[in-house]
This record gives sequence, C-alpha cells and structure tokens, in this order.
Amino acid sequence: MKLENNNCATCPAHNLANLVKLGIDMSNFDYVVALAGNPNTGKSTVFNNLTGLKQHTGNWPGKTVGRAEGAFQYADKRFKIVDLPGTYSLLSTSDDEEIARDFILFGQPDVTVIVVDATRLERNLNLVLQVLEITDRAVLCLNLIDEASRHKIKVDDRLLSKNLGIPVVPTAARQGVGIQELLKNIHDVASGQFICKPHRLSSEIKNVSRAVDHLNKKISIEFPDLPNTRWIALRLLEGDQKVIDAVRSGEIGSLRPAENFSE
Amino acid sequence: MKNSTEEILFTANKLRWEVGDNFHDSILESIYKDASEISSKVVTRVGEKSKFDLDRFIDRIVTGKWTGFPIMFILLAVVFWITIVGANVPSGWIASLLVDTLHPLIKNFFDTIQIPWWITGVLIDGAYLAAAWVISVMLPPMAIFFPMFTLLEDFGYLPRVAFNMDNLYRKVGAHGKQALTMSMGFGCNAAGVIATRIIDSPRERLIAIITNNFSLCNGRWPTQILIATIFIGGIVPAYLAGLASAAAVVTIAILGVLFSLIVSWGLSKTVLKGEASAFSLELPPYRPPRLLQTLYTSLIDRTIFVLWRAVVFAVPAGVVIWLVANIQISGVSVAEYFIHTVDPFALFFGLNGVIILAYVIAIPANEIVIPTVLMLTVLTTKMALGAGAGVMFELDSVTDTANILHAGGWTLLTGINLMLFSLLHNPCSTTIYTIYKETKSVKWAMLSTFLPIVMGFLICFFVTQIWRLLVG
Repeated sequence: MKLENNNCATCPAHNLANLVKLGIDMSNFDYVVALAGNPNTGKSTVFNNLTGLKQHTGNWPGKTVGRAEGAFQYADKRFKIVDLPGTYSLLSTSDDEEIARDFILFGQPDVTVIVVDATRLERNLNLVLQVLEITDRAVLCLNLIDEASRHKIKVDDRLLSKNLGIPVVPTAARQGVGIQELLKNIHDVASGQFICKPHRLSSEIKNVSRAVDHLNKKISIEFPDLPNTRWIALRLLEGDQKVIDAVRSGEIGSLRPAENFSE
Repeated sequence: MKNSTEEILFTANKLRWEVGDNFHDSILESIYKDASEISSKVVTRVGEKSKFDLDRFIDRIVTGKWTGFPIMFILLAVVFWITIVGANVPSGWIASLLVDTLHPLIKNFFDTIQIPWWITGVLIDGAYLAAAWVISVMLPPMAIFFPMFTLLEDFGYLPRVAFNMDNLYRKVGAHGKQALTMSMGFGCNAAGVIATRIIDSPRERLIAIITNNFSLCNGRWPTQILIATIFIGGIVPAYLAGLASAAAVVTIAILGVLFSLIVSWGLSKTVLKGEASAFSLELPPYRPPRLLQTLYTSLIDRTIFVLWRAVVFAVPAGVVIWLVANIQISGVSVAEYFIHTVDPFALFFGLNGVIILAYVIAIPANEIVIPTVLMLTVLTTKMALGAGAGVMFELDSVTDTANILHAGGWTLLTGINLMLFSLLHNPCSTTIYTIYKETKSVKWAMLSTFLPIVMGFLICFFVTQIWRLLVG
C-alpha cells in the first residue's frame, strides 16, 4: 500500500495504520455500522475496502443477496459492519427492501453509511431522505466521484452536507480514494463527536400534518426515547404491518438511541 | 402500557381514514420534491455535455434488436476459443510435472519403504492421481476463463445479457432476472442457485432454481472442451480444429439456454402456473475494468476456490475408482461387472457403460468425469496403456486420449452424446444440497435432480436413432 505522502500525514484521518481490517472477526465490537444504498453504487466495494473481505463485486445490480457482515478496527474502536442489499426505497415491500429497512430500524446501527452514486444523485437522494427519516446517525458516502468528473458532473459536497445535516464524504471506492475520510466520519458520528441534524421532509403534507402531529405526540409520550417517532407515525398511518406489530409487542419501545456501546 | 399502545394503534386506524388514499403518494411526492430541490442546488455540470454518449452508443449495439444476440454468441465463442487454445499447452506442462514425473517418484518411494501395495494403490494411484488430474485439467482453463468472465462482468456486460434475454424469459412465464442467475450458473450452479434470491416471487424463483442446471458449470467445461477437441476438432482440417471445437462448445451452451427456456415454459404452464412479474433492471454505466485487480481476485477467489473444491471431491473419488477397479468378485472387478451389465442399456442411448459408471462416481463433482472415463475405458479394453487397474492417468496429448477412446469403441456419436449428457444430467451433490437448503423441500430438490437425467436420456436416445437412420 502506498502512503499518501503529503502534509496531512500526521493527521489521524490520513494515517493508514489506523485501519485494521478484521475480516469476519466480529467479536467485542464497540459500534455497529450499516451500509445502505441504491443497487450498484459500490456498497460491497466499500465493504471490502473496510473489512478486507472479498464480497463478490461486479458491475450489475443485485449481487448482494441477504446481508454480509464483517469488521474493522479504527482509532482503537472495533466496528461491526453490515452490507445491506441495494434498494431504491424503503417504502414498498420487496424482500430486499424489508431486510434493509428492518436492519436500519430494528438492528439499531450506530451509524448508517449511505452509499450514493454521484452521477445519479437526485434519484439516490430519494433513498437517502427515507433513511434519514428513520435514523439520525448517518454518513453519506458520495461514491463514484471519478465517474462523475468523467461525465463532467460536479457535486458540492459541503453544500450537500449542510442540506442533509450529515457528513458527506466524496469517495472513489474502487480506487480506495476517500476511505480514510469516510472512516473518520463514521467514527465521529458513532462516538457522538459529530451530532447529525438530519434533514426531515420539509414540505408539509397537506391535510395530514395534523394527523401526523397528533399521532406523533402520542407515540413520543409512550416511547420517549425513540428518535424517530415521526417516521413511526407515518408508517402507522400507512398501515405498515411490521411496524404495527412492533408497536403492539412493545419492540419499538426497546429501541433506544444507540448510546449503550459508547463510553 | 398495553392499553396505551393499543390506543396509539386505534388512533392510527382512525386517522388513516381521514388522511385518505393518496397519503402514500403524497409522502413519495414530498420525498421526490426534496430530492430534486437538494440535487439541483448541489449538482452542476461543468462544460457542455458531449453530444456523443459512448455508453448509449455501445448499448445500442450490444442490446440492439439484430445485433444483440449475435454479439453475445460471438463474445461467448471468443472466450471459449481463447480458453481452448490457451489451456492446452499449460495443461500438458502441469500433467507432465504432476503425473509423469512426480507420480512414479512418489510411487517408487512408497515401494522402497515397503508400504503394502494396496495402500500405495489407494493413496497414490487413487487419491493422488485423481487430484493431480483434476488440477492439470481444470487449472489452466479456469485461470483463463474466469478472468475473462470477470472482466466482462466488471465492464458491465452481464446486465445487457439479462436485458437481451429478459423478453424471452418473460414470454415463457419466468422472471427476467433469471437471465442473471443463469449467467452465474455458467460459473457454478450452486452459486447460481443461491443467486436466485434476487428473484422475489417464489414461483419464479423455483423455476430459476430448477433450470439453473442447464447452465454449463465450470466443472463441465473441461469435459465439453476435451470431447469437442477430440471428436469435433478431429473431423475438420487442423487449422480449423480450434474454431470448430469452440463452436461445438458454444452450441452446447446455447442448447442449455434453450432447454432452460423450454423447461421454464413447461413448468410455468403446469406445476408452477402464473404470470411473469414485472421488474426494473437498471443498466449500469460501463466501467473500465481494473485489469490487475480483476486478474488477482478472479485467480484467488474463483479459480483457487473452485479448484480446491474439486480437489477435495476428487481425492475420495480417486479412492473409490481404485477400489471398484481392484475389488474383484469371482475374478471380475466391480467396475467391469457394472460396466458389462449396463452396457447394453447404455448403448441403446448411444452412450456406454463406462460413461454411466463415470457419472455415478462423479456425482460429487462433474470435474472428474473425464479422468474416470479414461481409466475405466483402459480397464475394460485391457489396454497396455496407463499404469494398470484403478489408476487415473493423464495422457501427454489429446491424441493419446483420442486413441484410448477410439479403442474403447467410441465414435463421433458417442462424443456428441457425451457432450449432450454432460449438459443434461443431475446437478452435482453440492448443488442438489444447495437446492434443498434454498427451497427447504425434498420434492423440488428431487425434481431438479431427476428431470435433467430423464431429459438427457431422451435426447441421447433420439439423437442416436436419427443418427443411425441417417448415417447407418
């Protein structure tokens, strides 16, 4: 491996020795990281970069079936990372979307890394906004920036970060570009050094905001620890059976903001 | 607690009537609106977008109505031609090292330290030679085939194949994504069966699982390539031999695709009735493959992995072959006894007893079919070649292999039928087990096992009868 030899070499973000790829050794982890994103945006490549594992990658959507798990160590913390199947949304009901949705909701990841294709940002943002409705700890991995620049597309990552309220890291995972910055941001969000202020759907939904607010209030009284009561309210209004069951069984209530692992 | 959660659900139910039907749509709308707002703020195009879009241009050709399929076949043929031509020489080198040089050395060593002959037989003439043969026959083609396949995959060609095939699969009532799982099956059927998880509908997934076996897996490529080289390459002038054999192998592979379509159609009209479900397949952008990394990962992850599996299965199979060739019942070995019993039945189908026994022994791994066939042929024809009963051996050249098979009574018809039977027979035991695990059903696993065998015998039978009518 080649060390990027610039003045930043002393900065922990550029210290390659900081990353220890643990492969499938997932013992004693401090944080759980979920990898979400549209199909064929490079989730598995990012996963392989971080864990040293060799999840099959290839240029076609749908390679990752089920979910793959691995681990890495960064800045003395051990991270378990889960590669979720690629989906376009978390709303409808295909198996893949359910696996991804359930893990982000019930799996309680400390950080959800959303991998997006920089050349198709608008469509990818649809999923990002849905993820941000569920969790408030996320990092956006703006992948394939090399391809974007080849197609003469420029993405203002700082402005994007400001709009979404989460860190945005431009990467070219196939070449390993930006992985160090991604690691640092994953660590900062997981350890609470960076507090996300995630974007919430701004446009008020006509006629229903009253209903949502009403339900939201009830839910937050019942489950004061839940970070995403508004999303639960939306799902209940839509009649999402899985969420209804989780509310009924009280499973929702046991979902706390995932502070339990940090010191 | 209980009451208040029920009250939340009750309120939700009540409010659901108030918010109306278009609630779902309005959420989606607001998501789309925000996404579009944000992206319009942060995305800028530097300079003019060039008029000529290379991706579109390539797509128009490789998924074109008239050009799509010919390009698929030509690409496939080129890949096999390179594999066939390129693998021959290194195969010979490895064989001469592992079999011609090392095998006698080890055997002599065992003899000098006075190991009983039957232990030497089982370990060296059985297990070692089986492993050595599998390595020499499989490693070179895989080391050439897999990187090329991975390069195509990395480049983004596979989704285009699916795009071309989608229409055909939908017409037979199967899922378009079956084209993708079928492509995976060309590498390994067990992997192809697992890959069917990308198909959501259980009905279509079952069809994809049952028909995956019609994709020639890498364990069967060597059989196809060798038999095509001997019997098809043998009937054309030498300078066309490579091309003709490649064409024969491609024909078998395409036949496999046809059978998968026909069987899918049959299943979706009978036991697995239903309509094909719609899906959207995103054609990803073409990406320049990373040459070195692809070579490395396809060598380490695929080639060595698959080879290791083959060796693991070849070792016990080698022991079995040696045993059936050497355990005698009233003067006749078990193998000979079996072959002579089955021969009349097998010849009826244009095959022979040796082939049937080889396929029984090779249930764990298709890779060892050819070595088993050769060994058993030598054994039953009592040829002076090779090293005696129960010894799998590699022959220095394809010509020697051809001589043995011809001496064993093989004809062009036997060769063609073996190629057909290699396409249409039971999946290997790993795949059968994978099918059972994925479907959790003995019934479907059994159907996937026996359907191709029955088809194989039927096809071989018809080919034989027509052949005998025409050729005599």
